[in-house]
Amino acid sequence: MDINTPVPTIYGNHFEKYAETWKKQIAEIQTKFGGAIEEVRFPREYPTDVPILFVKNESIIAVLDFMRTSPGLEYGFLADLTATDEENEPRFEMVYQLLSHSSMARIRVKVRLRDGEETPTATGLWAAANWPEREVFDMFGIKFTGHPHMRRILMDDRWVGYPLRKDYPLRGYQIFPDTPPPKPEYLEKGDR
Amino acid sequence: MLELDNDIKKALTSKNEHITVEHDPDDIWGDSRVIVNIGPTHPAMHGALRMVAKVNGETIEQSYCEFGFTHRAKEKLGENRTYHQFIVYTDRLNYCSALMNNVAYAMSVERLMGISVPERCVWIRMIASEMSRVIDHLVCLGIGAVDIGAFSFFLYGFHQREEAYTLIEQLCGARLTTSYTRIGGLMGDAPVGWETGVKEWIKKTRTCLDEMHKLLTGNKIWVQRTVDVAKFSKEDCLRYSVTGPVARSAGIDVDLRRDAPYLYYDKVEFDVPVAQNGDVFDRYLVRMEEVRQSLNIIQQCTERLKPGPIWADDKRTRIPEKDIVHNTMEGLIHHFKFFMTGFDVPEGEAYTSVEAANGELGFYICSKGGPKAHRMRIRGPSIYHFQTLTPMTNGGMIADMVAGLGSINIIAGELDR
Repeated sequence: MDINTPVPTIYGNHFEKYAETWKKQIAEIQTKFGGAIEEVRFPREYPTDVPILFVKNESIIAVLDFMRTSPGLEYGFLADLTATDEENEPRFEMVYQLLSHSSMARIRVKVRLRDGEETPTATGLWAAANWPEREVFDMFGIKFTGHPHMRRILMDDRWVGYPLRKDYPLRGYQIFPDTPPPKPEYLEKGDR
Repeated sequence: MLELDNDIKKALTSKNEHITVEHDPDDIWGDSRVIVNIGPTHPAMHGALRMVAKVNGETIEQSYCEFGFTHRAKEKLGENRTYHQFIVYTDRLNYCSALMNNVAYAMSVERLMGISVPERCVWIRMIASEMSRVIDHLVCLGIGAVDIGAFSFFLYGFHQREEAYTLIEQLCGARLTTSYTRIGGLMGDAPVGWETGVKEWIKKTRTCLDEMHKLLTGNKIWVQRTVDVAKFSKEDCLRYSVTGPVARSAGIDVDLRRDAPYLYYDKVEFDVPVAQNGDVFDRYLVRMEEVRQSLNIIQQCTERLKPGPIWADDKRTRIPEKDIVHNTMEGLIHHFKFFMTGFDVPEGEAYTSVEAANGELGFYICSKGGPKAHRMRIRGPSIYHFQTLTPMTNGGMIADMVAGLGSINIIAGELDR
């Protein structure tokens, strides 16, 4: 028994509702972008709740923009942006959870990144991506090219290392006795 | 009369010839731009949040926000604790609606394991979720009103909130940090006659809401203080991934309970209130109406609550009964293995989201098999909402920023994780 076991609808019957739509949409994306889509993982064939599109790093923004605006897809809502550490190269996976407000379908887009590789920012598409991208930088050390202000968000600016990497210890404490003072130069950067 | 020394007088009145100040027409108080640090322990900031604002007189011109002062590394802990052990950490996310976090987390793990819980469990979970939504909204409305200066409104709401906590205490023994759900079931069944207490509470809360409504909604000062304050348009809400009552007050007609139903939300009737202006007043109205709708849902749930099992019929997640544990060898081993090693969750990944009190609460869990998650991502609404505070309040007064912050209901526990 795993996620592919058909269970009653108390967890949302996404697959039954959207399987056909997803197939059509993925075919459309694949014809438009071709080689930029590395892999597609579909529910029931792979243990996932919604389809996962693996996109090449250089074309991620174009794919996201297409999915965001083109009629028939309309994944205009960035539900979440995060990353995972897979330990072996390519080490990181960027994860974009998208939601379409018109059909209420969800889809997941992923980008594989090697250690130290940069990925373009999605702040041009969604202003909401600003802080989650800073969090990904803070926790995994993935840098975003073109981000308005790439700095740590949850941890202190003086923190060394990236806590959510698998090689970071659970009790890797770093104690700072004082709070950093307000920095007027951050005002000019405009966190928005 | 105080006679000033001539030298001091001269120094006070004469201008320094060497410094030339360029006159700025926007500068209403004569070059008085100041950088003000609000928080992290300011009483108007809900929780340990910090806003650094450049103010001109009383108007905020530029600002930036900081948080992370209560960061407890929940996502890291999620990778280092078993799925059962992580339940207690979900309480400490949005501590105003702990039960809802418990339910969302249990749902997301059950979904990965292909378990479905029995009917009574689902109804109790729905009552628990909606009760915590009522609590959360009452807290938000009450504290928001206190920030603006309406104190007695807060007392009315908080009384009913305490009554709800008493019911929750009957359910699970704790008031704030509930840890009520288990993977594949609940900590314990609702006590006999609990529904009667809930029904009485619904009746009292409805009356209380009417009183609160009379107290504040038409109040001239309240209206002047909230209408057109901290406005956020529909387009901005979409760009900033704003969800929940804040988005609905700006005209985004999306509610996951209705549009992507989970639990038994497709079997109950309720309305989704939507407003158009997206200001503090509209958020207040939407929340007030949502409390009423939640009470309707609880009413329907209590009527359909039938006796029955509360545990899913699945040996992997079932916690052994105490008399088996205490009286048999196998039971004791089972108990020990369950709590020390944990149960294996098959490989897979799922993003399970529910409509929490403030917006979309999602758990993105990646499993590679084994008793611990590979990645435990918690998507709380607060981080996306707090991001809007700077664009929402720039150009307004400091006092309006406080009103705006109260209306978007940032919970530091969920924001910092």
